[in-house]
Amino acid sequence: MEMNALSADGIRARCRVDWPGFTLDVDLDLPGRGVTALFGHSGSGKTTLLRCIAGLERGVGEVLFKGTVWQDSAHGAFLPTHKRPLGYVFQEASLFPHLSVRRNLEFGRKRVGGQHRVSLDHAVELLGIGHLLERMPGGLSGGERQRVGIARALATSPELLLMDEPLAALDLKRKAEILPYLERLHDELDIPVLYVSHSPDEVARLADHVVLMEEGRVVASGGLGETLARLDLPLAFAEDAGVVIEATVGEHDARYHLTRLDFAGGSVFVARRPEAPGSRLRCRVHARDVSLARERVEGTSITNLLPATVTEIADADTPAHVLVRLEAEGTALIARITRRSLDQLQIETGLRMWAQIKAVALLG
Amino acid sequence: MLTEVDLAAIRLTLKLATVTTVILLIVGTPIAWWLARTRSKWKGVVGAVVALPLVLPPTVLGFYLLVAMGPNGPVGRFTESLGLGTLPFTFPGLVVASVFYSLPFVVQPVQNAFEAVGERMLEAAATLRAGPLDTFFSVVVPLARPGFVTAAVLGFAHTVGEFGVVLMIGGNIPEKTRVVSVQIYDHVEALEYAEAHLLSAGMLAFSFVVLLFLYTRKGVRAWK
Repeated sequence: MEMNALSADGIRARCRVDWPGFTLDVDLDLPGRGVTALFGHSGSGKTTLLRCIAGLERGVGEVLFKGTVWQDSAHGAFLPTHKRPLGYVFQEASLFPHLSVRRNLEFGRKRVGGQHRVSLDHAVELLGIGHLLERMPGGLSGGERQRVGIARALATSPELLLMDEPLAALDLKRKAEILPYLERLHDELDIPVLYVSHSPDEVARLADHVVLMEEGRVVASGGLGETLARLDLPLAFAEDAGVVIEATVGEHDARYHLTRLDFAGGSVFVARRPEAPGSRLRCRVHARDVSLARERVEGTSITNLLPATVTEIADADTPAHVLVRLEAEGTALIARITRRSLDQLQIETGLRMWAQIKAVALLG
Repeated sequence: MLTEVDLAAIRLTLKLATVTTVILLIVGTPIAWWLARTRSKWKGVVGAVVALPLVLPPTVLGFYLLVAMGPNGPVGRFTESLGLGTLPFTFPGLVVASVFYSLPFVVQPVQNAFEAVGERMLEAAATLRAGPLDTFFSVVVPLARPGFVTAAVLGFAHTVGEFGVVLMIGGNIPEKTRVVSVQIYDHVEALEYAEAHLLSAGMLAFSFVVLLFLYTRKGVRAWK
């Protein structure tokens, strides 16, 4: 029942690709809104899956977009890529070198019939490329090229935006330059995005839904918060295991230059933020920055204390550590503590504890 | 000085080379596209057949074309059944022979240019709603333009320079099949060295200028 509801306005991808030494075999229902990250190591099949959805790769299976059949191998149906209402951003911008930036932007746009939901001006403004319009792609920096590539895809008013590691070919500085534009995309346009990435940071910043892939298979698929907080996934084994919390700016403390962030289950103080009260912020709490106490600790420099209940205990990346999953009224937390502490504090599931949060990373 | 007969030979040569080049670009482009894109096991065979004129003595090519287009050959029977007569010793016959003879000089540069365009450009065009034919004309052809220029120049020059095939297929009919190279041969046979010199020097200069153009043209594309 749930599946049907999802398929009607979501994306269904059942796909099998057999290559020598690699098999992609997935069966997925994805939400038709927000940003879905296809996350995994290189070789996990995430790009191949994206290309199957775009029709650039022709696997065996079916692809349905909001009830429209894009591919149905059982009935020999296959809609060629140029007839699918999608936008695609490649790892390298892949601009047409013989056309100016403006004519690159117009290339797809003028081939789309009907009304444009995204105006050219809006796409140009959103990616900040107004000053580049008359330039040729050969003279642009990598970051500029990629912004033009994204604007070019948006200018076709796609019903689905597919992005294949759009930041992977860029250095850290260029990444930092583009990420805010991607966040604006997420906030301002109501276009579902499938975003391929192997960077946990990008995923934590941009995604609403995560599909974790390994060796051509889907290991997990779910909301960002709940998926990151699962201890049974390889994500938890990464050095930077942690959770993502959607918070609202509560109030600013002028005297101490702090800002209170509220979320389901509590609130934390962080260094003063520029956002107005009521703004939404996404923050990441790493497992290594969370410690646990049986009693409310007095006389500590750590100001962020949350009551929470232990729900799960699992092995961590080293034998010396364990991961403890806690639930604080709807917000999950993961703490990475030593096995000795676990035994000394006699931590077990169901126990009410105090989580001390040493640091909160704000994601834009 | 150039005689009227020499001028007629030059005019005929230029006409033959022009018609041949136009036909070669039209016929060679799909072949080059197929060779650049196919994963068929026949790719090697077709590529080798196209390249044959590079190594065959022109007389061999001319001989088989003569047989094929003659009254008892398959092409000859076909053209006769259409009421066109047979092709050898006619200008159209020369054109057909020249197309075969110069085919690799057009197909190979265009094929290389197509291969250089790369799969990614085609994919990008497809994700921007361009169908295959649209992509070909709006992306592939502009990007492969240097290859087309090379192909046209080489095809033209190579056709101007042919001799053996013309002799086999066209014979030596003034105004119809007597091209410059044959005319030079005639002059030499008649011991008219001054006239032979004039035409030969012209050919030498023409060929040099063509190659100079190809070798000094910047390898970079016009838009950079």
